[in-house]
This record gives sequence, structure tokens and C-alpha cells, in this order.
Amino acid sequence: MPKRKPRLAVWKFASCDGCQLSLLDCEDELLALADAVHIAQFTEASSAVEDGPFDLSLVEGSITTARDAERIGEVRRQSKYLVTIGACATAGGIQALRNFADVREYVAAVYAVPAYIETLATSTPIAGHVPVDFELHGCPINKVQLLEVISAFLAGRKPAVAAHSVCIDCKLRGTVCVMVQGIPCLGPVTHAGCGAICPAFRRGCYGCYGPMESPNTAALAREWRSLGASARDLKRAFRSFNAAAPPFVSESEAHGD
Amino acid sequence: MATRTIRVDLLTRVEGEGALDLQVIDGQVASVQLNIFEPPRLFEALLRGRSYAETPDIVARICGICPIAYQMSAVHAIENAFGIAVEGPLRALRRLIYCGEWIESHALHVVMLHAPDFLGFPDAIQMAREHGEAVRSGLALKKAGNELMRAIGGREIHPVNVKAGGFYRAPSRAQLAPVEQSLARARELAVGLVRWVAGFRFPPFERDYEFVALRHPDEYPIDQGRLVSNRGIDIDIADYETQFEERQVAHSTALHSAVRRRGAYLVGPLARYALNFDRLPASVQTLASQSGLGAVCRNPFQSIVVRALEIVYACEEALRLIAAYEPPPLAALPLAPRAGTGFGCTEAPRGICWHRYDFDAEGTIRAVRIVPPTSQNQPSIEADLAAVAAPIVDQSDEFLRNSCEQAIRNHDPCISCAAHFLKLSVHRT
Repeated sequence: MPKRKPRLAVWKFASCDGCQLSLLDCEDELLALADAVHIAQFTEASSAVEDGPFDLSLVEGSITTARDAERIGEVRRQSKYLVTIGACATAGGIQALRNFADVREYVAAVYAVPAYIETLATSTPIAGHVPVDFELHGCPINKVQLLEVISAFLAGRKPAVAAHSVCIDCKLRGTVCVMVQGIPCLGPVTHAGCGAICPAFRRGCYGCYGPMESPNTAALAREWRSLGASARDLKRAFRSFNAAAPPFVSESEAHGD
Repeated sequence: MATRTIRVDLLTRVEGEGALDLQVIDGQVASVQLNIFEPPRLFEALLRGRSYAETPDIVARICGICPIAYQMSAVHAIENAFGIAVEGPLRALRRLIYCGEWIESHALHVVMLHAPDFLGFPDAIQMAREHGEAVRSGLALKKAGNELMRAIGGREIHPVNVKAGGFYRAPSRAQLAPVEQSLARARELAVGLVRWVAGFRFPPFERDYEFVALRHPDEYPIDQGRLVSNRGIDIDIADYETQFEERQVAHSTALHSAVRRRGAYLVGPLARYALNFDRLPASVQTLASQSGLGAVCRNPFQSIVVRALEIVYACEEALRLIAAYEPPPLAALPLAPRAGTGFGCTEAPRGICWHRYDFDAEGTIRAVRIVPPTSQNQPSIEADLAAVAAPIVDQSDEFLRNSCEQAIRNHDPCISCAAHFLKLSVHRT
């Protein structure tokens, strides 16, 4: 009897669709992947929508509505493994800037009739609601890492995804440090995975992969100040695509209102 | 009165989440509503207090499929507010990376999302079992578009190299050379794609749209031009708000756009093509006429052919730009922030993407308004649905549902962008 193919599902919450697009962006691997797994649910790509259970669920997006807070519970119940893909699902995304503001005022700034809009006061990562088996960082995720994570979970092993900082990747790439050229950079505290692109383009890393393991954000903030960055610059830098990641929340709060 | 209810929980093969509500009373379509329940991310609120310098990176996150559209409309608006204009090789580079986004986004929609409708498959992966060559060509095209975006932008989703004034680092000619080779092959694949989709069976359906697109004195519009329509609009992009309004409706987190005192209009490939056919190179015009299209196409189902033609155009335009490219002396023009308002409007793959920013003297955003293509098209999509559903309301629920979903996909809606989209339910009374 042929072996049953593992069942894969892709889910979307509040997000830009970019991380699930990364799967469709695997142009050379997509058809092979579709042979290796059964894509049971991926509404952005297919009208064939099947019920669970699923062996692996990839979850994009953050939780910003009461309905989505219930829906993620249902996804978890139907999934053997649940992996978050991207900064929204892992750290709340750029929409988590509302966590530092009054969401009613935010809604009123965009909509003439705020009462029609149902939204929570916060944008929160998936792990704030249900147990998560692995978090893949990045805004957007790296598609090579995504394929590694899918392969690892289907093989029952740990994904080989480095947790060091962007700095290591700059060294591996042979990029001259931009900080020593006077450009403020979040690379020393940011999780690797992007391939250290920004410094290679002569700009500072802007932290879209979120905090690395145990980042020394305070020391980096002092370096930024010595390069002329203001408290407002620092606050803005730590409050972007991973605004709800705890190390970035606390560092942003250290730099004024 | 007989009652019949059909429900589809989630519209598929679109970017983002929404539903459709169709009311049928005594065999007549009484009302159609697209329900966009994509959770709002409130970009226009969260951008306030941010620096102009951060803006291209933040607005990219509105859409993973068309980040360049948001980045380009934003940088044009910033430069407009600060009183500079980016021309020459820097502008050519902008148009070049935008060609990459058109190729990538259109190839995704034509082959992966839209073609399965015409051939009766749930997705491109199933379709590949019978149409393997077409799917592989589509993926190769998409890959070529992504390569171009990566060569200039660093990565295809949320490129890192775009800034107000130009770029962080301009590519060398040598860095563009490998892309030139894949684009030459992509151009041939795109011609094949046009011929393949032109052979699909299209329902005999036309609507008299008011088309709205950019128009440039001598180019097919991507990044610059005046806003024009086939009913007399011809304005500077700064005057958009005098001619167009956004209305909020209870059933959608997307705002609906309308021409003031007139109503629904259509942006995107059909509009660009109808208003700018004379700006297409002879090679693309000839291919269009060989595909059975005139200078105007009012059948939204044939938008798939127009998108494929635009891929050919984008490949040719990119090849032209690369052949003429000389690296600019500076990767970006210097900018001096000043208080004021700036406007930007460029042609996203799905249609015009309009931005307005108010800055203080330091270049911090005080107020912002962003009008994405899908919220502009939503009223026209609803009107299409009513017209598509009317003659077939007596057919099976499944046929009705599939026809409606296809009518929505005709416009390549990007719901993630618009929320500020689709479950299908049909209520028959």
C-alpha cells in the first residue's frame, strides 16, 4: 500500500500575504513539494479546501480580532505541528504598533464610522494564544528556510535554522560593517536569516527578522547614540515589524514617550 | 416566495480574505455585496509620527505581492512634498524594478490563480498534471520577475533598496547582465503565454466601464502620468480627491471608491490597456490583434489576455531599460525635509495606487491617505457580479458560485491591501 502523504495546511490571519507567497515563490521546488505533501488547505493558491486533521499547519499573520482568536484555537486542535511563518505570526507585525496607542483612536483615524469595525486593542503573536512548535522569523521569511522547516517537520527532526545575529552573516558574506562607517544598524541584535541584505546595500539592518536569542539591545542603543541617533530614532527603530517582540518592546520603552 | 441559500465560507485564489453575499428574490438578483473581513491593520493611523525615511519600508508591508507599488507611490509623494524630482538613470531603475513586480504579480495571477478557472481545475498544481508546460512556463516567468526585483531590490518580497531620492545602492551593469538573459527568455515565454490564454473560451460578457488609469505623453504608464478616464477625467494626480471619493459601507473593512457624482469605475489592466493602447510598442499591439483583442477590451474575463500582454510589455520594457542603463553618479538625490503635502500615484499590477502625505518640518508624517486598487474596484466588481449572476440565477448553486468566484478573480483583487475581501453566500427568497 502506498504511504500516506503528509497533509499540509496554510492559514492566514492579519498580514500582507507575503510569507505564504514565499511558498509560491519556490518556483523550482513547488511542483516537487506538491508531490511530496498533500496540500489540503491553501486558499490563496487553491479552491480545493479540505477539512483537517493536518500534519503541518503553517500560520501567517497576527491575532487582531475576537473571531481570529477563536479560529487559531481551531487550527491548533486540527494540527499535529503548528509553525508560525513571519514577523506578524511570531511578533505581532507592524500592526502591533496599536499596542502602544489607543486602538479606538487608530480606527477613527482611518474609518468614518468606527462602529462598523471590529478589532481588538492589540495585535498579538500566535504563541500568545496557542502552543507553537516552531517560529520562523522574518518580514518576509526566507523561502530556503521555509523549505528546510517543512522538510524537517515532515522528517520528524529539528529545523536547521541558525539563531545568531545578522553580524555573523555579514562576516560570512564579507560585507564591511556599516556601523564602523557611521551608519546605525540593528544587525547586532537582529535574528539572522535574511542573508544580511541591508548592509550589503550600504544601509543599516532595520530589524525585520526580530530579536536574536538574548540580544544586548541597551549596548547597541548606546552605540547608536554615539553615532548621533536621537531617542526618537531609537524608539522608532525598535518599534517596527517586530514591535511586540519582548526585547524590542522593553528597549523601545527605554527611550522616552 | 421560494427560499434558497448558498454559502461559500472563503473565496479562494485571491490574496486576502473575504466573502460574497448574493440576494435572489423571485428569481432576480436583488443585491450583491462583497464582504471584506480581512482584519484592518490600520496603516494610515500607525504611519503618523513616523519619519519619511522609514515610510517606503513600512508601506511595503501593506502588500507582499505588490510592495514596489506601495514603495514607489510613497517615494514619489515624499519627493513631491520636499520639492525634488527623480529623473534619468534613477527613474529608469525605478521603472525597471517595477517591471519586475508586474511580471511576477501578473504571472502569479494568470497562471496560478486565474487560468485554472478556464480549464476546470481547483489550482495550478492539479492543472500541471495536464498542462505541465504552461505551468512550468508560468513559474519560469514569475521567477524572472523575481530575479529582476532581487537584482535591484535585494529581495523580491519587501525589497530593501528603495528610498526617497533614489536607492541605497545602484546596481552595476554587470549585476544586471544575468537578469537580461533571463528576461530575453521570459519575453518568449510570455508570448507563448499570450497565445495559450487567448485560446481559452470566454463568456460573451461586456460591461461599459469608466476606466481610470495613468497616462503619460509617450510611455505605457507605470510610474508617472496624469489621471485620465474614458469619460473625460484628465487631472493632475494631486487633484484626485476633487474627482474621487471613498465611502465606508457596513459590510466591508475596505473603503469603497467612486467618481464623485457618477459612481463606480475600474482600474487595472483593462483600464490601462483601453486608455493607453496607442502607447504600447507595435510588437505588443500586433500580438493583441493576433489574440483577437481590439484597442479596448470590455470583457473582464479577457483580462487574463491583457495581463499576459502586459507581461510581454514589461519584459520588453525591462530589456530596453537594461540596454540603455548607465549607473547614476549618485545612488540617491539629497533630500531636505520641509513641511508640506505630497502626492504619489503609480500603476500597481492591479491598478492605480494613490498616496497623500502631510509632513512637518522634520519630515515626520502628520497625516496620510492611501487608496489601494482593490478598494477602487470593489463597486465595479459588485456590479460585474450582479450582471454575471442575473442570467444564470436558475442554474445550480455550484455553477452560480463558481461563476461568481471567477467574476471576482477577473480583477485580481488584493484583499490584504484593500482592508481597509470573500466568503460567498447566496440567499434566495
